[in-house]
Amino acid sequence: MSLLDVKDLKVAYGGIQAVKGVDFHIEAGELVTLIGANGAGKTTTLKTLIGMVKKSGGSVTFDGKDASTIPSHDFVRHGLAMVPEGRGIFGKLTVEENLLMGAYTRSDKAQILVEMERVYGLFPRLKERYKQLAGTLSGGEQQMVAMGRAILSRPKLLLLDEPSMGLAPIIVQKIFEIVRMVAAEGVTMLLVEQNAKLALEVSQRGYVMESGKITMTGNAQDLLADERVRNAYLGD
Amino acid sequence: MTLETNKKVGIFLACAVVLAVLPFVVGGAFGNSWVRIVDFALLYVMLALGLNIVVGFAGLLDLGFIAFYAVGAYTFGLLSSPHFGIHLPFYITIPLGALLAACFGLLLGAPVLRLKGDYLAIVTMGFGEIIRIFMNNLNAPINITNGPQGINLIDPIHVAGVSLGSTIEIAGISFHNVYLYYYLFLLLTVVVVIMGFRLQHSRIGRAWVALREDDVAAAAMGINIRNIKLLAFSLGALSGGVAGGLFASFQGFISPESFGLIESIMILAMVVLGGMGHIPGVVLGAVTLTIVPEVLRDVIGPLQMNTFGRMIIDPENARMLLFGLALVVMMLVRPAGMWPSRRRKAEFRDDKVAADSAQKD
Repeated sequence: MSLLDVKDLKVAYGGIQAVKGVDFHIEAGELVTLIGANGAGKTTTLKTLIGMVKKSGGSVTFDGKDASTIPSHDFVRHGLAMVPEGRGIFGKLTVEENLLMGAYTRSDKAQILVEMERVYGLFPRLKERYKQLAGTLSGGEQQMVAMGRAILSRPKLLLLDEPSMGLAPIIVQKIFEIVRMVAAEGVTMLLVEQNAKLALEVSQRGYVMESGKITMTGNAQDLLADERVRNAYLGD
Repeated sequence: MTLETNKKVGIFLACAVVLAVLPFVVGGAFGNSWVRIVDFALLYVMLALGLNIVVGFAGLLDLGFIAFYAVGAYTFGLLSSPHFGIHLPFYITIPLGALLAACFGLLLGAPVLRLKGDYLAIVTMGFGEIIRIFMNNLNAPINITNGPQGINLIDPIHVAGVSLGSTIEIAGISFHNVYLYYYLFLLLTVVVVIMGFRLQHSRIGRAWVALREDDVAAAAMGINIRNIKLLAFSLGALSGGVAGGLFASFQGFISPESFGLIESIMILAMVVLGGMGHIPGVVLGAVTLTIVPEVLRDVIGPLQMNTFGRMIIDPENARMLLFGLALVVMMLVRPAGMWPSRRRKAEFRDDKVAADSAQKD
């Protein structure tokens, strides 16, 4: 059984069909990417997974449970965490407090402290600035906070929405390195990206989304080599 | 021990000594009526700290906070006065009043969960008025609250068989009742302050800040928005209820008049003027807003008599006028409050930057 199984998912905003029946699945331990142009429905699909947007048809099964029965604030407890687009960090909390927010639903204090240290190991920059208000950090550092926070919620599946958005190319490289590092720790991830090349390079499998539909799927290496993907998304 | 902790211990000890001898200094210099004002200042500190949980921590604008004070006061008044002939001890009535106030907090919180900002303020204001009007009219057909006449002859608090309402003598020093209440209020204020600090730096405190900033992201962290809001309302109400019970026994008389809208506004002003969400700031705000109007009362009359030889403006009017003016000036000069927290300062800085860039566009 797949960790996440999405069947014929449909979402409509008013009269407009943003997602027109998509199917995909994610197995435990995988890093899967969903690529596509702006407005293809990628973010909408993600938001539907955690109940932020109501679906109009189809089914989402997470870890054997029907996801539509889980209330919004309970997704974290069920092991589904998301790093939203624009990062969604709390600017008026310190870096440390932001990270602790990730562990909000957990009560194993000693273990949380151990994992905090691990997150600081991944992002030494955050350790230097742990007392600083998160709103005063640079974009890349804020992305690190968002990732660290998501790791601390110890998710079964981590959803990453456009982690490279609005960041300088050198920081983007760094972020993808981090994605690779987190994946190496055994965290299952669904990565939604416009930067198709980098996303496919770190992923095992990929889905290509176009105007609300999945048009292609396969091994990340094969997609990278595919003529149509190269033309449409890699700018070759 | 580092120098830093040494300094902290020093400050702590100095504060403790000052607070311990304060009533004697104030009483010796200005008379017992001023000790009474200090007692009231402590009550207001408790109230302001309670409201600070709701407004400062959770960011929910509450204009009916005085209702919880009223619930606490009436619980005490009804259960230890000749009105019903019931005389329960304070260690039952005060916790009961606090608990009842917390229940009223839930009662208010539940229907306003979806409201924010101005709308929330209006509904809470209505709630405060409803409680007051109930107290005013619950004297018929069955006389429960004795209506506008209020409840009289409320029992003073008895600790270990000693009534705090009388003057007692220990080791040759006589303690007037305002001194005795001072120490009781001080003790409870310290408890409320500690509770506030513990909450602020807890998981719940962080959840409140997160909620204030971005409720969608907060829910995505696994925070149950409904419960965390209700918790803010009921914990805030709890300390309001305690203060209410103390007020009833201290004053010996309560009537609906004491729980009007202006009182709610005054407490909110203490929180905002002091520095929302910052406990030392809120304490400072409460003390200032209690003491300053009283000082003005004593100063304005004689000042006019000495300079002009007659009263030009009625001191009572002049007092409120100056007081209002002082509030306006304060908000213009220090909009984040007299003693704001680092977080609050950052918020004001952000707003200013946003406003500046909006002007440029």
